[in-house]
Amino acid sequence: MTSEPASAAEVERVFRAEYGRAVAVLVRRFGDIDVAEEAVQDAFATAAERWPATGIPPRPAGWIITTAGNRTVDRLRREASRADRHARAALLHTRGDPPEGGDPPEEGPVRDDRLRLIFTCCHPALAPASRVALTLRLLGGLSTAEIARAFLVPEATMAQRLVRAKGKIRDARIPYRVPEEADLPDRLRAVLAVVYLVFNEGYTASSGDRLVRDDLCAEAVRLGRLLAELMPDEPEVLGLLALMLLIEARRAARTTDGGGLVPLAEQDRRMWDRDRTAEGQDLVRRCLRRGRPGPYQIQAAINAVHSDAPTAAETDWSQILRLYDQLAAFTPTPVVALNRAVAVAEVEGAAAGLALVDGIDLGRHHLFHAVRADLLRRLGRNSEAAAAYDAAIARAGNEAERAFLERRRTTLGR
Amino acid sequence: MQQYLLSIYQPDGPAPSADFLAPIMRDIEAVNTELREAGAWVFAGGLFPPSTATVLTAKDGEVLTTDGPFVEGKEHIGGFTVIRAADLDAALAWGRKLARATTLPIEVRPMEFGSCG
Repeated sequence: MTSEPASAAEVERVFRAEYGRAVAVLVRRFGDIDVAEEAVQDAFATAAERWPATGIPPRPAGWIITTAGNRTVDRLRREASRADRHARAALLHTRGDPPEGGDPPEEGPVRDDRLRLIFTCCHPALAPASRVALTLRLLGGLSTAEIARAFLVPEATMAQRLVRAKGKIRDARIPYRVPEEADLPDRLRAVLAVVYLVFNEGYTASSGDRLVRDDLCAEAVRLGRLLAELMPDEPEVLGLLALMLLIEARRAARTTDGGGLVPLAEQDRRMWDRDRTAEGQDLVRRCLRRGRPGPYQIQAAINAVHSDAPTAAETDWSQILRLYDQLAAFTPTPVVALNRAVAVAEVEGAAAGLALVDGIDLGRHHLFHAVRADLLRRLGRNSEAAAAYDAAIARAGNEAERAFLERRRTTLGR
Repeated sequence: MQQYLLSIYQPDGPAPSADFLAPIMRDIEAVNTELREAGAWVFAGGLFPPSTATVLTAKDGEVLTTDGPFVEGKEHIGGFTVIRAADLDAALAWGRKLARATTLPIEVRPMEFGSCG
């Protein structure tokens, strides 16, 4: 105990950084998520009492894991003597006995337990909403209340969702392991989708508490970094991290002081975070060199092209269009087609863009009408543009978007 | 080892023709053979249609007898297989084979107790 006394903020930082690792190790050791969570929370509670006086130990994660492990063994022994079925089962696992019938031993080098935990949390047998909640809870250390606030559901509902998911993992025996090579691409896609969903939920701010939402973006980037550290050879993992960093770099420029939305073309590019942009661009170059492109890498590359342009007017739209052509080949969705049409409008003119937009079946989405309105405005078809803005405003997801569209509509000068 | 119930859900209505069913039955038998050879097979059965079902309900010391299935729906359980598997991934792998063979939705559900076989 030679360290300096620690502040509450430092203890909190350790909690955020190490919670997932500690839970992951203890899940493997005790074979039970609830037991692991409880143990880690207990250990952190002790740390919060002690560390302000003694300082943070040199290896805080190690301290937490050892403390949590020892206490759990003690507690399970006590409970086992009271013939608790779960406790006995858990103790069995701590002796290293394979479950009856035996999982085959894991091939290859020993992987980080957090990777096992991520794949368990994002198992396709769990509903997508449960995957997100579990990942934030177990790997991010977010409280049930925080997750509930972020996703605008009552805390009791979120608690229920977590209980049900953990119950299914236990009873249906969702395995705690990294999938085999053959299943990895599909399973990894599910993991990346969860992380990107968390990021988008924080980014689009479709409603809810602003602060919680900024936290979600930070958490998604943290998870993205973790995945990149654990799976450095998966280009889509790097692509997702790059994509999130490049978008996150524009956060400050994206809203006015009053919370109004500033579109990419009108942002003050000096406000973009240089470190994040540089890191994102570097990642894009690194993963594209591997020659195994995928949707996240291409989206990151598109954002890197935007970031390269010193002004909106200098954007290399023909390169962006080529990238959208590639993206459309991977994910031929209406949203991708809409974004591609925007690039076509920049390269070939608004009329060409509009012709494509009118062929896209996305009438329920406010972005479709917003893009149409913008193209009609550029073509001088003001009354049609006004009607399209009205359609977009009626479908907009949040106040900031609505306000932005209303401002745009007034510039039509009727 | 953990046992799982694989329920086969089929639409209500008259059974498809024998010509239609023959290749399906052959595929199902192939999966059953594979299950046996892997030591994963516990039990399997096919059921007569829900119109043959009778429901018994105990109430106030009496047992009421009702004609027909417990739940009327557009689909019913037409058959089932009980398998042994190390974990859900292994059970889902068998479930996928059965879904392909039957061309029908398969519900995979862990058994809590009462293992047979």
